[in-house]
Amino acid sequence: MSLRALNISKHFGKTRALENVSLEVKSGQLVALLGPSGSGKTTLLRIMAGLDFPDPGSEGRLLFNERDVMDLPARMRGVGMVFQHYALFRNMNVYDNVAFGMSVLKGRERPTKKEIRNRVSELLGKVHLEGFERRMPHQLSGGQRQRVALARAVAIRPQILLLDEPFGALDAKVRKELRRWLRAFQEEEKLTTVFVTHDQEEALELADEVVVMNNARVEQSGSPQEVYDHPASPFVIEFLGNVNRLLRGKTMPDGQKSRLYVRPHDIEIGQIVPGHTLEARVLHVFSAGSVGRVTLEYAETGEMLEAEIPRSEVDSMHLAAGQTVGLRFRHTRVFARREDTTQELVEVPYEQEPKDA
Amino acid sequence: MANPVPPSLETHGIGRAMSDSRLARTLLTGAALAFLALLLLVPLAAVFTEALRKGWTTFFATFNNYDAQYAILLTLLVAGISVPLNLVFGLAAAWAVTKHDFPGKSILVTLIDLPFSVSPVVSGLILVLVFGIHGWFGPMLQSTGLQIIFAVPGIVLATVFVTFPFVARELIPAMEATGREEELAAVMLGASGWQILRRITLPNVRWALLYGVLLCNARAMGEFGAVSVVSGHIRGETNTVPLHVEILYNEYNFVAAFAMASLLALLALLTLVAKTALEWRIQHMERQVVTERTRHRDPALTGPVK
Repeated sequence: MSLRALNISKHFGKTRALENVSLEVKSGQLVALLGPSGSGKTTLLRIMAGLDFPDPGSEGRLLFNERDVMDLPARMRGVGMVFQHYALFRNMNVYDNVAFGMSVLKGRERPTKKEIRNRVSELLGKVHLEGFERRMPHQLSGGQRQRVALARAVAIRPQILLLDEPFGALDAKVRKELRRWLRAFQEEEKLTTVFVTHDQEEALELADEVVVMNNARVEQSGSPQEVYDHPASPFVIEFLGNVNRLLRGKTMPDGQKSRLYVRPHDIEIGQIVPGHTLEARVLHVFSAGSVGRVTLEYAETGEMLEAEIPRSEVDSMHLAAGQTVGLRFRHTRVFARREDTTQELVEVPYEQEPKDA
Repeated sequence: MANPVPPSLETHGIGRAMSDSRLARTLLTGAALAFLALLLLVPLAAVFTEALRKGWTTFFATFNNYDAQYAILLTLLVAGISVPLNLVFGLAAAWAVTKHDFPGKSILVTLIDLPFSVSPVVSGLILVLVFGIHGWFGPMLQSTGLQIIFAVPGIVLATVFVTFPFVARELIPAMEATGREEELAAVMLGASGWQILRRITLPNVRWALLYGVLLCNARAMGEFGAVSVVSGHIRGETNTVPLHVEILYNEYNFVAAFAMASLLALLALLTLVAKTALEWRIQHMERQVVTERTRHRDPALTGPVK
């Protein structure tokens, strides 16, 4: 089932949570809402679920398969939801938790006891929790609870699955395993899925499409490769992965101040070639595995830079703290910020190799 | 399953940190115990000794009397009506306050506590003012032949008013502690409001609810002030146990008065025992929840995924 949200605005008192946000999810896609806390991503998810509503009188629309569902109460939307802290029913065992959605159906819609039992054991098999039927939620680990929550959410055969920070409360190792597992599960069930996360690595690794949110707006959406390679704004480039920012104070022809962004792995370190390289001093070198991490000080402005180069180069150049080296930037992004408006950011062309070194 | 208590919950007491003040500690504890004995244990013991001063036969003879039996039955009836009513009211109020946001919520919370802050005598007088013969609804009630003041309905009303906060007061913090997420999860799974209340909300607060009902019942059976104003002290008609105790005492019928009073004292003791058991139960549950949260992040306890 496809999902479209159009012009959603939401305020909590004077706080702006969502400002004219639109979003499209194709049927069967796995979409990540990525952003820092307070960017409005969870509010958007709750509006899709029907647990929250756009500002009264605003134009916001929510379409499931092109059908407007904004007036449909949450329990009628056929949406499965996994909450951040799982919200398992603490007074029920795993079996009753998973069976709950089926057991509250009325009259003829309710499956028979046997059908419910079959469905629950099928689901517990899928989430690798066979034999856990009689356990209470407090007897489960975080990862197990998360999988019970997932089984419970999909037990009602929802058309759309929403997950709020699904891996937020888990430790790094379990998180990685569950991430892979969720991807496989989602593909198998062909569920249209939207999940909220503040972890860029998670979003890029897991999603078909990433929607980057900041300050109640959508900054950019696209495939993980697209948003990583072609970030549309300084926010996106800073939020997605490590990046060096140089406030070089270079003023563009129309009076804008430019900022240059360069990823650590896009920095080359070598001999100083006047006119072609930037001069920098090595502050710290550390090699881990095949990667050498070099901390540098840019001579012209004293700004700090992080570079990642192959360890073999670190060794062959005998890089050590205190050396002066020449830098080349393989790939940079430059954004200019107008002095009068802070919102509008324009990308401007920039020569790859600055001549001011 | 072992439930290790997280360090933050362990009560080391402040004693060890203040070991030099052992004398002060002994004195303070001693003073508290002496105070307790003098003001609580001695009167309690006195009630039972006085009641049994002339032996068990006289003690039981007190209850072999129409007025006494009527007072006991009336007390049971009044508690039997007001406690269920306040159970429903308290549940509705706590549910509204904790699971929903609406304008005027803080006013409602304040109103729930009103009976605690108003003197019971004043509560009784308000009822007389509203429902008495010369009160606002007096003429109307008289024309329908319905008597509230100096009759059982008045006693019930007064008791309901005075004991209203008990259930709500216990439920509000319990419901707040469990949060709204489970209810929201149930909504997403298609449950109706009634199903959520019955299957999620109520079971989660069942011990707090029982605790509130227990306190509410103890107060309903023991209420004197407000009931005294509206009852009219008519023997065999509007006398509850506390009122009957007063009448017997005023007639210098001490053994009978204390025998009746010993019933109330016994109720108090039973309530205390049940209350302690429940408190232990609630704490145990809370501890489980906290342990659960700490286990969340413990990698050693996290099960394998395929």
